[in-house]
Amino acid sequence: MNIKFKNETFRDDYTFKNSSEAIRRFPFPFNEDKYMYSVNMEPHVPAGPPGHAYNKPIDVDEHFVAEMADRAKVLKEDPLRYQALPHMMAAQWDTLELLMESQAAGYPEHFTLEKNGDQWRWINRPMGIDQTFTFGDASTLPMEPLEFITRQAQGDFVIVDQRDGQLWCDAGMVTTQADWSLDFDIGMNFHEWHGPVPLAHEIGVFDRALKFLLNLQQGRPVRRLNWTMTINPRLDTSPENYHKWGPDRATVTPENVGDKVHLRCELQTLWRLPRSNAILFVIRCYLIKMEELVTVPKWARRFHRVLRDLPPELVDYKGLTRYRPTTIEWLAKFDDGQPTTPGIYPE
Amino acid sequence: MTVNTEMKVRVAATAQVADKVKRFRFERVDGQPMPVFSGGAHVIVSMRDGKALRRNPYSLMSSPEDSAGYEISVLRVENSRGGSAFLHEKLKEGDELILSQPVNLFAHDHRARKHIMMAGGIGITPFIAMMDQMEREGAAFELHYAVRTRTHGAYWKELQQRYGKHRVKIYCDEEKLFIPVADVLANQPLGTHLYVCGPAGMINGVLGKARELGWPKQNLHSEEFLAPPPGKAFQVRLAKSNRTIDVAPHQSILEALEANGVDAPYLCRGGACGQCETGVVSCDGELEHNDHFLEPDDKASGRKIMICVSRITGNVVTLDL
Repeated sequence: MNIKFKNETFRDDYTFKNSSEAIRRFPFPFNEDKYMYSVNMEPHVPAGPPGHAYNKPIDVDEHFVAEMADRAKVLKEDPLRYQALPHMMAAQWDTLELLMESQAAGYPEHFTLEKNGDQWRWINRPMGIDQTFTFGDASTLPMEPLEFITRQAQGDFVIVDQRDGQLWCDAGMVTTQADWSLDFDIGMNFHEWHGPVPLAHEIGVFDRALKFLLNLQQGRPVRRLNWTMTINPRLDTSPENYHKWGPDRATVTPENVGDKVHLRCELQTLWRLPRSNAILFVIRCYLIKMEELVTVPKWARRFHRVLRDLPPELVDYKGLTRYRPTTIEWLAKFDDGQPTTPGIYPE
Repeated sequence: MTVNTEMKVRVAATAQVADKVKRFRFERVDGQPMPVFSGGAHVIVSMRDGKALRRNPYSLMSSPEDSAGYEISVLRVENSRGGSAFLHEKLKEGDELILSQPVNLFAHDHRARKHIMMAGGIGITPFIAMMDQMEREGAAFELHYAVRTRTHGAYWKELQQRYGKHRVKIYCDEEKLFIPVADVLANQPLGTHLYVCGPAGMINGVLGKARELGWPKQNLHSEEFLAPPPGKAFQVRLAKSNRTIDVAPHQSILEALEANGVDAPYLCRGGACGQCETGVVSCDGELEHNDHFLEPDDKASGRKIMICVSRITGNVVTLDL
């Protein structure tokens, strides 16, 4: 399958759009007409109708080239979006191997990995990269292995080290985040970096999630979906750049909801890494405009109901307060009250 | 949500490496590479011994980067529940078995400035893989290895040859030589981590000495897999599925459940990882906690049990399953 990569932007003139195929493959995060936090983990095995974002372990889509160009711009302005503590080198190589192998196996027309012992050659055709290097020897790459590969893979990447019955945020590449900061969280443990989520602590979500993750097994990655909303298709909604995107939330009008308001879905996958015994946390962001979302009638009805009935604490935490009423009103036109089918996939 | 990632393997080679210690090399039947692992990891070996299905954890000792095969070494234990006797006396080259994916409950801390390993007897096996990885990563390490006699001790010659006598030190009970734990621990650089694997008495002794000398808990690591101790027979009642299952004297609760087709979660089967923690609804006797996982107040509460190694003294325990 040859992907036609789009030339588009996630800032300034915001030319990002989803093709009709991209809409159908969107990982819609609601499997019923309401939403509450849960440890909604499931095995990350291929699933979904043909073409869906769940088909391959590491998903590459039509936005790949544009997303990587946006990441390069973010890094140029703020190099601290990539950080790795010194003890994470084995985990860096583990991650490079996982991403190169997965992208080459999933998309052989776009990526090739040749291995001859520890002499490796990596070809990334969409970005015009052809790199020969020695696996395990960081001096043979133009930058650290984690930075090298995550400039060529969609999604944010955090590597957590496992020590003393805890997980520690000790390396990452984070440029497409929903208002959190690697520079702020680096070195924190699992409970520290989840500190400010309302309701979730009370229901014990984090204790159970930590226990589950400490025993995450090699060869058995897991996934969950998380979501928020973003005004304009902006990938870099970081706290560092809040001044650039925060005010956009006041610009929503009944006329521009369809184009400006986006559902932002995070496909989170977790992988036990082989050499380091660390865990790779991939947070892949997918954006969809309201006018794109309502082309799937089931999603239009369901998202209207989820947004309408969302607990007030979550409305506030996710930063939806200002434009939620306008959006609900706009979505109501697409909700005829008919029942919806279970599951996340289009009908 | 169980996903089957078990690997069907063939015994590619066996070797008697010391008194009562045999090494096995496993290669995949489908010819696929074995996953790379981290030093200290173990696999669960599933053995079909006549009618019995035995599943035991064994540390991987081959090079973690060797994806052509995995190697384990097994001590033939007296009063074996069946696993080590089966491996020593029945398993032959060419036989097929099932291995789990590697699981590491004994990983080394990559931040350490130096690693000190202390092994007793068959407890050497995880350290063989760990040293291979540490050497590759350029980490500083030393091994102190206690054996009963030189013929009982496996691999000490090879390890001294490979890493040098300054890094691999042997202490032989028969020669009245013991690991000078206090001396070794007394003069180490800040950021040194200590790893102990061997019999319970040795682990407790070494860790106790380290604490006494003021070593931080976070720098101390140990691993001991417990074989489920035998006891008297009892019954398990499953509250959710409303079934009653008999547990035989030489069977663990987990094994009894599996023998009756109940798919309970587990990882280490040795009381260490916490995966098989199960809620106790009621028990007409005392819980016999044999695991290393539950905190003392959890054990005292009578509400949780690790079904891979723990039993009861009464007749019936009702579990939240």
